[in-house]
Amino acid sequence: MDLTGLLAFNVLTGIATLALITIGLGVIYGMMRIINLAHGEFMMLGAYTAVTASTAGVNIWVSMLILPPLVVGLVGLVLERTIIRFLYGRMMDTMLATWGISLGLIGLITSIFGNVVKSVQMPVGSFAIGQYHVSAYSLVIIGVGVVVLSSLLLLLRKTRFGLILRATMQNPAMSASLGVRPAAVYMATFALGAALAGLAGGVLAPISGVSPGMGGAYIAKAFITVLGGGPAIIAGTGLAAGLFGFINEIVSFLSTPVIGDIALLASAIVLIRVLPQGITGRFLRRSS
Amino acid sequence: MTMESGSRRKALKFGAAAAVGALVGPYVTRSASAAEPIKLGSLLDGTGALGIEGRRMIQATEFAVGQINDHGGLLGRPVKLIAYDTQSSIQLYTQYAQQLVFQDKVDVIQGGITSASREAIRPIFDRSKTLFFYNTQYEGGVCDRNVFCTGTTPAQTVDHIVEYALKNWGKKVYIIAADYNYGHITASWMTKFVKDGGGSVVSTDFFPLDVTNFSSTISRIQEAKPDMVLSALVGANHVGFYRQWAAAGMKSKIPVGATVFGLGDELTTMDAATTDGIITCFGFYNNLGTPNANAFVKGMQAKYGPSLTDLGELDTATYEGIMLWAEAVKKAGSVEQAKVVTALETGISIEGPSGTVKMDPATHHTIRNAYLARPKNRVWEILQTFPNQFPSDTGGACDLIKSPRTNKQFMPQV
Repeated sequence: MDLTGLLAFNVLTGIATLALITIGLGVIYGMMRIINLAHGEFMMLGAYTAVTASTAGVNIWVSMLILPPLVVGLVGLVLERTIIRFLYGRMMDTMLATWGISLGLIGLITSIFGNVVKSVQMPVGSFAIGQYHVSAYSLVIIGVGVVVLSSLLLLLRKTRFGLILRATMQNPAMSASLGVRPAAVYMATFALGAALAGLAGGVLAPISGVSPGMGGAYIAKAFITVLGGGPAIIAGTGLAAGLFGFINEIVSFLSTPVIGDIALLASAIVLIRVLPQGITGRFLRRSS
Repeated sequence: MTMESGSRRKALKFGAAAAVGALVGPYVTRSASAAEPIKLGSLLDGTGALGIEGRRMIQATEFAVGQINDHGGLLGRPVKLIAYDTQSSIQLYTQYAQQLVFQDKVDVIQGGITSASREAIRPIFDRSKTLFFYNTQYEGGVCDRNVFCTGTTPAQTVDHIVEYALKNWGKKVYIIAADYNYGHITASWMTKFVKDGGGSVVSTDFFPLDVTNFSSTISRIQEAKPDMVLSALVGANHVGFYRQWAAAGMKSKIPVGATVFGLGDELTTMDAATTDGIITCFGFYNNLGTPNANAFVKGMQAKYGPSLTDLGELDTATYEGIMLWAEAVKKAGSVEQAKVVTALETGISIEGPSGTVKMDPATHHTIRNAYLARPKNRVWEILQTFPNQFPSDTGGACDLIKSPRTNKQFMPQV
């Protein structure tokens, strides 16, 4: 019984982690069909913001939850204005540009901080599920994941800004003729996606080592989950993260984390074969 | 462009003679110069996953070479250090190894950190007969006439960790290790020592060097309910295990013994709640208190700053490896590989920061002291001292005096 509780908790944590990693990429890809290969590096910047702020003495929660999205959102805004906005509609070119941005960011961070692995203090302790002990930080991750997904859903469904976002995504030309500036919408969307990636990096910083190359470990999983999720941003991310996170955690528990990753990849292959448009390509097609 | 065939032939002959002269020239002129420096090559990871450990070893190398030159060099010649940062990349190890041997033409190589890097470059040095000192503690068993290993081996350290664990913690052991040759062989040694001591191994899990998330592992360990965890995890990513272990509240529940913990800056960058109580066994700790140990720490701090408090066996073994080589060169009166090897095989001994370090002629490993310690409030608490530990990993199977052509790594029979 305790074991089931432990496993369920681990699964929820895994799903939340995957959802947080993916949502930033999902917003950018879902809205603008831009393949942002610098997504992992946005997360890395968020993690470095958290490390720098917490070592400078800023409160740990502020430096993990508030500063990274602000900083990385700003970075995303600048990059969008200077590089990305000239490349809308050109998929290969945006891939190349964002790949170059990712290499540039890695090089920049390496020259500033060095090619060493830094760490952030774990801010909370542990609690017990029956006779098993788990880190309470997993609760933080689950909490942040739920808050992010639900507030994004509210943003898209209930606010005027969300309405404009969805309209521009569906039909940019018609929205333009109704008085919306697509360029401004794209700028806001890219900044939002970058901010979400920064938040994910900041939240995950205490778990993994923070190094210039850490983004590479996340980008593959983020892309797989986005493509597995399908066109609907939030429902797709949630469902795909749910499916893959579940499989990953269960298999990791039964064997090793490496086999767990293999299981995630294998299930992604099966999913794409069965549902080429992703989960929300077939089910829940009208959700956001 | 017509030339008389006669003058073309002359030009060809002259050109060939000039080319031969250019090739031979350096060899002729070199032997004429006596104050030419002795070249010491160094291959260590200053950056990357092993960078935390490697940068101190690089500093220890510079310190040792500086000391030798301050005392007038070797055989009246200065020692020139040619060091390359291999950035925790095996590809760079092999690339720079070739460069040191064929381009820089060094007289000795002191380097290698992970066992993977050692095995990648060892054949290069064997082929070119370049003397190679491997100064990192490792899984033991290398038996190669061209190689001298000064780091501690499982027979000198891991057996003491297992002995302490079985006596104080219980009999059920859970082993976690890095997924490469060091991790696998060390896990085999742990299994052997545990079984010899009457214990049992519940499970052995391996993790590639880039794994950072150990939450499912921690759950698995709790489910298996062992009396202790023995860890051979390596590198900056695996350090996350100890952080996550402490965060999950497991520190007070299941004790941990580790073979590669505290060799970097763990005690300074991690908080005491994470590091306290982890049992380790190495050839050196920075607070041994002996005159030699203090002199080494003070000397390094004088050169690199007072914040250098996290010196460990990796650094002292690097220093001792260079000093052993220097002693052998003085004894042999030459830097030629064959003569220095013969000198080393007479059983050279030095007084290093960790105590007396003697090169065992048959195994090409060192007989040295070992200490059992655990962190307590960011300071090492030395629990036991084991003087003059013999490198008995190969159990006598490695005898390079009797069989100098041996060239393999012996593994434990489990």
